[in-house]
Amino acid sequence: MITLDDVTLTFPDGSSRVTAVDRVSLTGKAGVLTGITGPSGSGKSSLLAIAATLIRPDSGRVIVGDVDASTLSKDDATTLRREQIGIVFQQSNLLPSLTAREQLAVMAELGGRNARRRRRQVRSRTDELLDAVGLADHADKRPAQLSGGQRQRVAIARALVHEPEVLLVDEPTSALDQERGAAIMELIAHLTHERETATLLVTHDLVHEHLLDTLVTVVDGRIVSRTVGSDAIMDDDLAHRLTEV
Amino acid sequence: MFVAWRDLRFARGRFVLIGAVVALITLLVGFLAGLTGGLASQNVSGILELPGDRVVLQHPSSGQASFSESSISSDSVQKWRDASGVTHVLPVGIVQGKAGVHGTTTAVALFGMPHGAATSTVTDLAPRADDEIGLSAGAAKALGDATAGDTVSILGSKYRVSSVGGDAWYSHTPVIALTPDAWARADKSMGGDGSVTMLAVSGTPDWGAVATASGTVAQVPLLSLSALDAFKSEIGSLGLMIVMLFGISALVVGAFFTVWTMQRSGDVAVLKALGATTRSLRRDALGQALVVLIIGIGLGMLVVVALGTLAGGALPFLLSPLTTVAPAAAMAVLGLLGAAVALRTVTKSDPLTALGSNR
Ligand SMILES: Nc1ncnc2c1ncn2[C@@H]1O[C@H](COP(=O)(O)OP(=O)(O)O)[C@@H](O)[C@H]1O
Ligand SMILES: [Mg+2]
Repeated sequence: MITLDDVTLTFPDGSSRVTAVDRVSLTGKAGVLTGITGPSGSGKSSLLAIAATLIRPDSGRVIVGDVDASTLSKDDATTLRREQIGIVFQQSNLLPSLTAREQLAVMAELGGRNARRRRRQVRSRTDELLDAVGLADHADKRPAQLSGGQRQRVAIARALVHEPEVLLVDEPTSALDQERGAAIMELIAHLTHERETATLLVTHDLVHEHLLDTLVTVVDGRIVSRTVGSDAIMDDDLAHRLTEV
Repeated sequence: MFVAWRDLRFARGRFVLIGAVVALITLLVGFLAGLTGGLASQNVSGILELPGDRVVLQHPSSGQASFSESSISSDSVQKWRDASGVTHVLPVGIVQGKAGVHGTTTAVALFGMPHGAATSTVTDLAPRADDEIGLSAGAAKALGDATAGDTVSILGSKYRVSSVGGDAWYSHTPVIALTPDAWARADKSMGGDGSVTMLAVSGTPDWGAVATASGTVAQVPLLSLSALDAFKSEIGSLGLMIVMLFGISALVVGAFFTVWTMQRSGDVAVLKALGATTRSLRRDALGQALVVLIIGIGLGMLVVVALGTLAGGALPFLLSPLTTVAPAAAMAVLGLLGAAVALRTVTKSDPLTALGSNR
């Protein structure tokens, strides 16, 4: 489970500051795929970066499992990321020198304690995960030998190999065609339910809306609507803002 | 080192290139250090190996003390012998001349020294009798591999070789040892006055005071080398070349690793975002640099040692830790330093960039 509680993030912008995330509260539950959508520049990636502990919010709390990540030191946040959070980037961001299998193995080579145990665990899960993302036959290929969709599948397997509590995915289909994109979205939905991860998925493409368990829409850093199933819950005040845009 | 090893294998071509450059630079530095060392020891090993805490030379009325000009009167020698704190005074006459055997002549350095002085490569050459000489290894070789019992003529007089000893050089000429009397005669026949050139003094006297009182200067052996004209000019230019080569090596090796590491910064950002500790990233990057450096430097040094061994006969080439291990270690340190500087960009790289689409 991951909870963002009244989170605000600003960036310096010349002499003033631009508010990228504006008092957002959001909960991702285990086994639930939460979509985050909104226009470009609305703060989706910033929100995800806060959830990933890659950036600290100006105010508000980020709770991963039972840890308040907003109070952690940089090193402790790194440890939390290594152990509890899986990240899939917009680009697959694989390391060019590693084979698909090694992209997963590297998750046990990031330093920190219990290296031996992690190595054993990662090794025992690698084949099963590569199979789960449909790449059992491509385990020894390097990124250059894989298609965009296959690369994104490796990235998903990498994000799950340490069995994180939270899975964060930023526009995973932006570099893929319609068909491959749909397959990736289905894979993420499937794995979220099967592996009970609390998944936050940023997408600006709503053709896959039916795969999402809940959907929040962000405009100018604020949540303007939440949908659970087919029930739209729209804040009057926020709806007003949304129609203005 | 998980990623580092795989990077090395994956980008083999690039690393072979970097390693080859490191090897070539090591070869250059090592070879030049060996040559410089060889030249320097050919110039001065005869002086450096004399026993004594200070080398005493005549204080000239103008200019700097010089081995070729120095002439120490028996009066001054006595002042040093009498000075309190002095435990031993070894007077040495030095003059360059020619020695011949069966029609071949060669330039040599004639050292006049009493037999039985404190033992050293040089003093052990000193003969007992005035009609005897001791040859250093280089002198024996230059005189057609002369051995004990052979006759060698020096300035018209004939001497019997009493022994052939170790290597000792002075101003690029091999040392031949004579008794003090035989040396004085030889010096006079070449226009000298027969007084000794230098003293090798041991003990703990007030060096400055005794030197002033006796009209001499006392220096530690290494510093006294500046009184050797040939040494000064050689070491100046060769030293400058080596220093410049080291500077260039540092720049090239450092720049290589900086560029390489910067190229990796995107990957590093991803690893950081995935939760890699700074320590593991640092180990990865430095380990990678170290592997390339060790292989490159190792190969370069192998070639230096091979060439040095081959060149040993034909060229003055010194193979010693100072000319092999020292440059190798310096290269390794400079390379790691470059990598460490580059590392700052590694550890500073922002994991947020991994999330964006700007990759
Ligand atoms: N590192 C940054 N420095 C300054 N401003 C930033 C930075 N990252 C994002 N922003 C700003 O924050 C706002 C939200 O950006 P982002 O989270 O990337 O939006 P989205 O992912 O929805 O397109 C934008 O106005 C953007 O310009
Ligand atoms: Mg974005």
